[in-house]
Amino acid sequence: MNLAAATNENLASISNTLIYSSMAVYTLAFLAHIAEWVFGSRSKVGRTAAALTAPKAAAEAPKVQVREAGGTTVLERPKVVTRSAAGSRDVPDGPGAHGGTEQGDMYGRIAVSLTVLAALIQIGGVVTRALSVMRAPWGNMYEFSITFSAVAVTAYLVFLALGKNVRWMGLILVTTVLLDLGIATKWLYTASDQLVPALDSYWLWIHVSTAIFCGAVFYLGAVGTALYLFRDSYESKLAAGGKPGTFASSVLERLPSAASLDKFSYRINAAIFPLWTFTIIAGAIWAGDAWGRYWGWDPKEVWSFVTWVAYACYLHARATAGWKGRKAAYLALFAFGCFLWNYYGVNIFISGKHSYAGV
Amino acid sequence: MSKTDTSPDTASEDLGAAGSQLSTAPKEEPANLPSLGVIGWVRWFWRQLTSMRVALILLFLLSLGAIPGSLVPQNSVDELKVEQFKMAHETLTPIYEKLQLFDVYSSVWFSAIYILLFISLIGCIVPRTWQFVGQLRGRPPGAPKRLNRLPAYTTWRTEADPEDVREAALGLLKSRRFRSHIEGDAVAAEKGYAREAGNLLFHIALIVMLVAFAVGVLFKSEGGKLVVEGDGGFANVLPQYDDFQSGPLFDNNNLERFSFQLDEFEDDYERSGPGTGTARTFKAHVTYSEGVDGPAKKKAIEVNSPLEVGDSTVYLIAHGYAPVVTVKDARGKVVFSGAVPLLPIDANITSTGAIKIPDGYRNKAGEKEQLGFNAFFVPTFAGHGKGDMLSQFPAPDFPVLALSAYHGSLGIDSGLPQNVYQLDTTKMKEFKGKDGKLLKQRLLPGETMQLSGGQGSITYEKELREWASFQIKQQPGNIYALAGAIAAVLGLVGSLFIQRRRVWVRAVRGEDGVTVVEMAGLGRSESAKVPEELGDLAAVLHAQAPAAPEPEAPEDPTESEAVPAEGAEK
Ligand code: HEM
Repeated sequence: MNLAAATNENLASISNTLIYSSMAVYTLAFLAHIAEWVFGSRSKVGRTAAALTAPKAAAEAPKVQVREAGGTTVLERPKVVTRSAAGSRDVPDGPGAHGGTEQGDMYGRIAVSLTVLAALIQIGGVVTRALSVMRAPWGNMYEFSITFSAVAVTAYLVFLALGKNVRWMGLILVTTVLLDLGIATKWLYTASDQLVPALDSYWLWIHVSTAIFCGAVFYLGAVGTALYLFRDSYESKLAAGGKPGTFASSVLERLPSAASLDKFSYRINAAIFPLWTFTIIAGAIWAGDAWGRYWGWDPKEVWSFVTWVAYACYLHARATAGWKGRKAAYLALFAFGCFLWNYYGVNIFISGKHSYAGV
Repeated sequence: MSKTDTSPDTASEDLGAAGSQLSTAPKEEPANLPSLGVIGWVRWFWRQLTSMRVALILLFLLSLGAIPGSLVPQNSVDELKVEQFKMAHETLTPIYEKLQLFDVYSSVWFSAIYILLFISLIGCIVPRTWQFVGQLRGRPPGAPKRLNRLPAYTTWRTEADPEDVREAALGLLKSRRFRSHIEGDAVAAEKGYAREAGNLLFHIALIVMLVAFAVGVLFKSEGGKLVVEGDGGFANVLPQYDDFQSGPLFDNNNLERFSFQLDEFEDDYERSGPGTGTARTFKAHVTYSEGVDGPAKKKAIEVNSPLEVGDSTVYLIAHGYAPVVTVKDARGKVVFSGAVPLLPIDANITSTGAIKIPDGYRNKAGEKEQLGFNAFFVPTFAGHGKGDMLSQFPAPDFPVLALSAYHGSLGIDSGLPQNVYQLDTTKMKEFKGKDGKLLKQRLLPGETMQLSGGQGSITYEKELREWASFQIKQQPGNIYALAGAIAAVLGLVGSLFIQRRRVWVRAVRGEDGVTVVEMAGLGRSESAKVPEELGDLAAVLHAQAPAAPEPEAPEDPTESEAVPAEGAEK
């Protein structure tokens, strides 16, 4: 074994250590989020259904200064009043997992800080893995999985940094990241290695990186959609005068309103759909170069197509009377289910041209 | 029932013309059954087919319909697997065959779904395009009576003249690239037509792609050729192919003229680590010339880098070894000398095949006979007495050729096509070894096997050649499919990221002589951008028409809106 190979093995084992360390930190973040939810449940803030019918706040208007002869008067800039379209529920967003409690909020902030730390460690793990093989770290399912969750967490943290209201998904996200890393290290682990010639192409960078990115961000959208379904039935129950169970109301009342969740998922799905389209096209071009045909109904291609059509269905559904709201949401979940199946199911249970070295 | 939709459909009911035509999506009509005879029925059917609801259902069916093809083996992907499946599932097979589940993507039902979908698409796009052209020609609709019922609204009072305010607003909106005009006491403006244009472009691009695929299937040709290093090579004419398929409209004269030969096949394998034996490099170094006898050019064809000549593309598909053998007859005359390509049967390139000598051989008695050898080749032999005859590594580290010999008739004169890699021994006799059994021998490079009884010999030469097999493909329309795909992505981006929205500015002199300015915005879907943009516009306009001092009873628009207007609750 030569020297270079030895350093590579060193890097590979550093990568493994980093991935395990990030799991430890994610576990702490998980506990902090649990604490956030627990403390938040003690709050009585916004507990009443009355809060659900509060008017929507007007868009904040900054002040403008107008210079007049003789002096400066501060004049109000005209305020813009927003109003929901007729027929929609006018429900404010919940306070978030901390339920407005200070302690809950503190734990939530701790959880986010820990998530940042864990994400940095995990990204370190992905990068050292890439360095250990001197190629893009996407040659097998273990590598897909660790990159996948790293991207999902990064996207979530970027949303947070941009001031978007996404902290409500923190607990679910951290839980699934732990699950993903657990599955990756326990069942999918493959020692670091070079690529088979068919994967050795610059299209790997283009096609696989966009595919992983699409999947990770679609996942955030799917979390929003699933919570939308819960929150929506909670809201309609309240609107109909029913009384949801205590657990449901304690958890669901702290989430953003169904309309906000729906908008969040729609924006994500709509923004990622063109990129997903591009991913499939890039894959087809690559297949044309590598296998001599750009489309051959290989299982992986079939499921990419099914996923794409399902998302197209969802976008159509939103423009079709009678298919908005819950029905469209089910379509969105079906579409994401297809994506997941394409990723795990097809690789593991169905053999095709996309089977790689070591799963 | 949930009611969280944020569409303007409902809003447009009380907005009249102002909210109309913000998109060209077809109106949903109730599926009332017609009572107007055949024409009525046809029109009814057409309306249904081109409605959004049916498009949605067809799309959903298309995605469901594609699924079985990934679960049941497909003829188009792997015929061998289909055969295996049929043998293993005797009861299912006839049912699957009836349902065309082995050919999902060319089945009647799958084709029906996408053909209906594309008829629907065309039937949908043509009227939408006209409608859109009409909208581009027309002007944004005038302001609705009550601007304060729109999703975003603002108002203030100013001393400026109403005309001046309107002119200022018109200038402002025009400078922000709104299409705007003054109608009555208000300015009407609209922006974001690119959304609709993008949407139409996307749907048209889908049609372009489908047509390109269809052209590709109808006119394509595709065939395979195995070429041995240093051998004659390949010229792109029909008789040279090992196998050939073409689409129904393909014309043989359209085969691109070119030829190539394989100079060297370069391969390289991982020698250590967990991936030992996995391939690292495959390169077919070829010399090719375009046209009947163009200048010779060099190129290395790799898995991800095919050779392209005109419309044709040459892909590297597989490779293997072709041991060189020399066969002599009983008199010592060389009757065959050359490389014999053998087919790999495992990842370490354990290979099998047949060596056939149809002509030239005479046995000891001087009679013409045909010879046949079963050949088994391992590039890296495990060593004598160690396990079976399977290769340990794909590179030729310790090559061994095992042969068994037959004579008689190869059966190739019967006219039936024969597999060149398999020996049909039904009309052949075994050469016997010393033990009285079939004559077999393992040869190292340079060694010779004597055919028993002085009937001749076969030598495994030291030279080892490799072969590569290529797929030569000609598929017109690819460039259109690619152009369609790019247009589809661009159209989607336009359609999903651009908001189409309207802004109205009304300025009228109130009873007290002070001008009241009202501004309102409406988007296709309720978005935070519409009020934001309205706020920006209002700020600029406000600077030109500053607010007048408030009268005694200040009117706060926020408060007046706190009471939900009628119709807000469902
Ligand atoms: C091959 C099948 C089709 C696919 C893959 C497809 C895909 C899409 C996608 C992805 C969108 C979202 C873009 C956007 O929201 O602006 C969309 C929008 C739209 N599609 Fe299709 N479509 C198909 C067929 C059809 C057909 C047959 C119709 C006619 C009934 C149609 C009418 C529309 C309309 C009106 C919109 C715009 C909706 C809106 O304004 O929000 N599409 N389509």
